[in-house]
Amino acid sequence: MTDRYLDLVNSGVTASLAKRLGLPRPAVLRRHRAGDPLVPEPVLVVNDAGSAPDADALADALVDWGLDVRRHGTREDRFGAVVLVLTSVSSPADLRDPTLAVGATLRGLARGGRVVTVSRPASGAGADARHAAARRGAEGIVRSLAKELRGGATGNGILVSDGVDLTAASVLGALRFLLSGRSAFVDGQLLAVTSAAGSLPADWDRPLAGQVAVVTGAAQGIGAAIARTLARDGARVVAVDVPASGDALAAVANEIHGSALQLDVTADDAAARLIDHVATRHGRLDVVVHNAGITRDKLLANMNAEKWDPVLGVNVLAPLRITETLLDSDALGPTPRVIGVSSTSGIAGNRGQTNYAASKAGVIGMVHAWAPELASRGGTINAVAPGFIETQITARMPTLTRQVARRLNSLQQGGQPVDVAEAIAFLASPQAGGINGEVLRVCGQNMVGA
Amino acid sequence: MAQSGSTPRSQSEQPAGKPRPQSGKAPGARTGGTARSTTRKTQSTRKTQSSAPPGPRRAVVVGGNRIPFARAGGAYAHISNRDMLTAALDGLAARHGLAGERVGQVAAGAVLKHSKDFNLTREALLGSALAHDTPAYDVQMACATGMETVVGLANKIRLGQLESGIAGGVDSASDAPIVVSEPLRRALLDLSRARSVGAKLAAAARIRPTHLAPSAPTTGEPRTGLSMGEHQALTTAAWGISREAQDEIALRSHQRLAAAYDAGFFDDLMTPFRGLTADANLRRDTSMEKLAALPPVFGKRLDTPATMTAGNSTPLSDGASTVLLASDEWAAERGLRPLAAIVDAESAAVDFVHGKEGLLMAPVYAVPRLLARNGLTLADFDVVEIHEAFAATIATTLAAWQDEEFCRERLGLDGPLGSIDVDRINMTGSSVAVGHPFAATGGRIVATAAAQLARRGSGRALVSVCAAGGLGYTMILEAA
Repeated sequence: MTDRYLDLVNSGVTASLAKRLGLPRPAVLRRHRAGDPLVPEPVLVVNDAGSAPDADALADALVDWGLDVRRHGTREDRFGAVVLVLTSVSSPADLRDPTLAVGATLRGLARGGRVVTVSRPASGAGADARHAAARRGAEGIVRSLAKELRGGATGNGILVSDGVDLTAASVLGALRFLLSGRSAFVDGQLLAVTSAAGSLPADWDRPLAGQVAVVTGAAQGIGAAIARTLARDGARVVAVDVPASGDALAAVANEIHGSALQLDVTADDAAARLIDHVATRHGRLDVVVHNAGITRDKLLANMNAEKWDPVLGVNVLAPLRITETLLDSDALGPTPRVIGVSSTSGIAGNRGQTNYAASKAGVIGMVHAWAPELASRGGTINAVAPGFIETQITARMPTLTRQVARRLNSLQQGGQPVDVAEAIAFLASPQAGGINGEVLRVCGQNMVGA
Repeated sequence: MAQSGSTPRSQSEQPAGKPRPQSGKAPGARTGGTARSTTRKTQSTRKTQSSAPPGPRRAVVVGGNRIPFARAGGAYAHISNRDMLTAALDGLAARHGLAGERVGQVAAGAVLKHSKDFNLTREALLGSALAHDTPAYDVQMACATGMETVVGLANKIRLGQLESGIAGGVDSASDAPIVVSEPLRRALLDLSRARSVGAKLAAAARIRPTHLAPSAPTTGEPRTGLSMGEHQALTTAAWGISREAQDEIALRSHQRLAAAYDAGFFDDLMTPFRGLTADANLRRDTSMEKLAALPPVFGKRLDTPATMTAGNSTPLSDGASTVLLASDEWAAERGLRPLAAIVDAESAAVDFVHGKEGLLMAPVYAVPRLLARNGLTLADFDVVEIHEAFAATIATTLAAWQDEEFCRERLGLDGPLGSIDVDRINMTGSSVAVGHPFAATGGRIVATAAAQLARRGSGRALVSVCAAGGLGYTMILEAA
């Protein structure tokens, strides 16, 4: 699960050799560590001609977070992050000046730097084609500049629905997430904030304090990382996995001072047992992460029911059934968060994975369908879609395939389980209450299905 | 206490020394015998002086955890008792969200124990996820070790000395201690004490090549030299238990254990360990035909046909079990739902050395005393767990309770204690199928019985465990 190549091109003789040969040189990503500054160097806020008030509002928030905020930059300046506010563009012609201003600073962007655009969705422009073109143009800028960034820097955007103020909890929450080390492997993505719902946490380091979270498939890999990350953020975690993985599950549960529930999510009584466990132990349930997932890859020509059924059963039918039962029960708290785990395979398809892609695309369908229902209960349902993540599953890929798969994204490396976990922890947090029915890719801007 | 359960037969009727095959015979029904007033006297004395312990509050079984039991030399062949017990504690902590928590006390033990493991339970705790300021101590009462840890901690909880406790046990037949021979040990000790060269030479000169052979522990009783299986064979023969009856019990044990796994019964009672996710001894494909094909291994030198095989006896096993006990208040504070309450317990012992009773028959004596003290009969139990040291142990225990003469003469009762429907006994399998790591069996059975009561939502359970040294331990639980 380690990327030897990444280690080699970042150390000593092999690093200079790789440079001279012009080999791809993936950077060590800036990931969140307790005590690290949100952004290690000054943050530049740039805006289009009409959005100075919006930009000022965001700049104020950044100052409140203790950041060194600048409103003007030159080629000589060095920045840890650049925020490009494009909320008032009404014609594609409005894009040029602010975008070029950002471009002028990119060579001074720190390693692990961040570029975050804040704009409005084209859908909100109605029939005004020029307006829509401008707004959609902003998205093209993000996706392209993310591919140009080096040194582990990322570029992402926030699409704030019309009518939602820029100081809404989820705009600030998303901005902080994207600026931070928590979004290390999120790249080239546009995160939609569709409502002013949600609230800012009392403590940004423990946004889930007092909350109870269930994580399925928590014994290892991404699930274990999710459990650890939610616990770090203050949640009491119920770690769920199949009885056969009970020893690894117990180790995770004990490490995070949570509890272990040995449960096959596909069992008829899975939802009932889960609800019973949470209700008796904690009396509340705030976050459900449907992470349990399996693969049984086979070309469709060779596919059979034995390889099809378990994949659909674990990956999508179980989340459907458990969520359904939860929605019918009174187990969920006042601001429930349901988070599914999809996959870039579910978005773009993948050879040999018709069963897996069906299940992971199914998760997206589930999230879209239930978003209004969750919103009516003060909650959200979202999914993350991991790309190539360094886990035991990807470690089993043929070496060459694995090496190629790792490099097929803007960050030229696989993500770590914690990168997926950070995205999920963000979606679970109170500051993400205005993000609903979304699929957040954690893929380093993988070329697949981009 | 042990004396009250002793046989009414007079000393003079029994030859001293090694028991002969016929000496294990049940006297009542088969050889006749005279009831002695002493038994009744003891019974009545007990009745006047004791009633169900009037504890100020109840102690409950909150949950249990064990690792799958392995066959000796199998998956845990190179694992120590400490590691197994630590794993069982960790699984229990994880299931109940106790990581980093201080528990009142942890009591556990092992039958086969290395001398370096004098503080086995405390050492296991220090390796576990529980708070390291949790006190822990070792208990040893042969195969009843687990039972004694449960009873001891439950009583402390009832008295208010503890709010919570973890009982348990562990044993490894694979990682058994091997010691040097007695003559060599004595010579080496003398050598270390010797001051002069002459004394040193004298001590060293006593060492013979034959002394160098190490001695491994056996299941033999120190006072009779007979293995547990040979002892049971005497009782089996005395009660005329057929091979078929034993094989049926063994088959049922495997079938019920398999069914319990399939029903997810152990999902909340077990945590996998070292690649084992279920008891290694479970034979899903066994049958009466397969069991009938096995050659007898015990009782081959008796006059009667040998009936005990590897199939209807427990295998030497490795494993560990734990039980979380607490006051209702402690459990409620943590959102833990009690499975069952521990009502009462009774231990007993029999004189098997002089052939007065079979080695594994002590529970037969303990149960009537326990029932009398609580005003209950065998019919009052919905769940009965009788440790299958051997399939024949179940059969002889049940036969004895149904035997009028035996019950009158040996147990001092007015008539037979009664029968128990096989559908209420060992409903999720027992030691013949599960395996029997000696000290771990008590914890396994208590947790199993408690979980069955919790599933039923009501009722009472009777637990019976026989042990080496002619010991026995029985317990009553009721649904919480």
